Amino acid sequence: MITFENVTKQYEDGTVAIEEISFTVERGTTTVLVGPSGCGKTTTMKLVNRLEDPTEGTVYRDGDPISEFDPIELRRETGYVIQEIGLFDHMTVADNIATVPRLNDWDEADIDARVDELLELMDLPPETYREQYPTELSGGQRQRVGVARAFASDPDVILMDEPFGALDPITRENLQNEFLDIQSKLDTTILFVTHSIDEALKMGDRIAIFDVGEIVQYDTPQAILNDPKTAFVEDFIGSDRPLKKLKVTNVKDVMSPTTDGFATTSGANSAAEMVQSDGGESVTPLTPTDTALSALSRLVESDHGRLPVVDDDRVVGTVSDEDLRQCNRGVQQ
Amino acid sequence: MTSPTPVPGQLASYWEFILENFSQLVVATLEHAEIITISIALAVPIGVGLGVLITFDERLATVVIWLAGVMMTIPSIAMFGLLIPFVGIGAEPVIVALVLYSQLPVIRNTYVGLTDIDPAALEAGRAMGMTRVQLLRKVQIPKALPVIMAGVRNSVVILIGIAAIGAFIGAGGLGTFIFDGIARANVPMIVVATIILSVLALAFDYAFKVSEQVFRLKNGEQIEPSRLTRLIQRVRA
Repeated sequence: MITFENVTKQYEDGTVAIEEISFTVERGTTTVLVGPSGCGKTTTMKLVNRLEDPTEGTVYRDGDPISEFDPIELRRETGYVIQEIGLFDHMTVADNIATVPRLNDWDEADIDARVDELLELMDLPPETYREQYPTELSGGQRQRVGVARAFASDPDVILMDEPFGALDPITRENLQNEFLDIQSKLDTTILFVTHSIDEALKMGDRIAIFDVGEIVQYDTPQAILNDPKTAFVEDFIGSDRPLKKLKVTNVKDVMSPTTDGFATTSGANSAAEMVQSDGGESVTPLTPTDTALSALSRLVESDHGRLPVVDDDRVVGTVSDEDLRQCNRGVQQ
Repeated sequence: MTSPTPVPGQLASYWEFILENFSQLVVATLEHAEIITISIALAVPIGVGLGVLITFDERLATVVIWLAGVMMTIPSIAMFGLLIPFVGIGAEPVIVALVLYSQLPVIRNTYVGLTDIDPAALEAGRAMGMTRVQLLRKVQIPKALPVIMAGVRNSVVILIGIAAIGAFIGAGGLGTFIFDGIARANVPMIVVATIILSVLALAFDYAFKVSEQVFRLKNGEQIEPSRLTRLIQRVRA
């Protein structure tokens, strides 16, 4: 758990990066700091591993003020990923990932095992990538190594400063999805900085929206979309707020329990054949974990006013445009 | 007055000279190589040490690099003369002078090698909990080694020429033959000693080029290694 209590950071040149910030990051969650550039989000992150120290106020880690921690030790217990990745080009991928374990004097055998484990996790087969140098890798692969390096000593807290910012949209999307998958299996507290509201909505359990040096709203993605606290937040989210809301909502949260008119065909072997409407037509079903946005997209292109949702070969509900509108009602008000 | 000897006759006289003075030539070459080796062995730690030191203070860096540059503008004869009151004559003042002359390339390349590093790598290192010394040892110095080697290589070639002038104050080496040759108007003496000097310079140059390449390969840089470098890599593997 990380707690900021009335934290102000003023740089030596007089610039006030953040002013009187207070918020708490719960253990095991991903909190995204988002805002335009120069809003203080990166500074806020750097206060967590004492790359910067606050001018006023206190930052706590698990209840202890971090000014009592030794900065070097603190940083070795905190993972760190930056946009420029900052891999050591003169070291192999394996040596890069082993950086913090070596600083912490791990056994070489343990380090080897850990490196292989992380490379597997990052979908970089160790036998191919261990001995490669970073310059031989693509941007996406380099960023995976950067993330693996941050996870190497299994830190409780990981700081990520626009980690996927420099990647092409497809690679970024892939890495985001993989990262969400990895994070769901671990109990790591993550502080994630980005300037993209879409990325924030996708990655964050909670989002802190920054405007010049202060947090204007700190809440879950749904709550922020439902109820933007200020005009700035509303602007920042953009005019497609209803669509964003659909994107962070799962089909299972909007579907109606009614299954009238749809039934699974037995013995079917592909999704498209699995559900038949009353008229005997085959309809490709949605799954409960699809986003409401993809449901909307499917509704727009389909002839049906209502699409079936299938879980474990059973129709568990249906989604209509009315259900989606219902979901957005909160947003409209 | 002798008319210029025809070329075949000249070649014969060079050959004769080499045969007659073979052992002295070998001794002089070894002396020369010894002076260079001792000078470089002293110059590199001093230059690298200074290069590391000045990364901590930009103003100091400017001053030190400027001083090392000024050193190079002092004519070697004058430098030897200035050193004689302190270290006498012979090889010692020459070695001291060579150490001074080699400082600019070594200090400058060390400084550039250490500071010309991806700032993101430095930030990442710091953020992962490396101390200033660990950053230097694990990131900056390995990255800088090939650049430092290039500086050493640069200075060694200059030193071989300057060391020849050292014979003037009794340092020995191949310069002895050149000064004798001038005094006696003995052209083969001058030419043979000069050719050996050039070969010596090329040999030192090649040795440092190989060590530079070995460091580059170790850092995963994509280079076209020379034959000797490839051989060394194979032996190491």
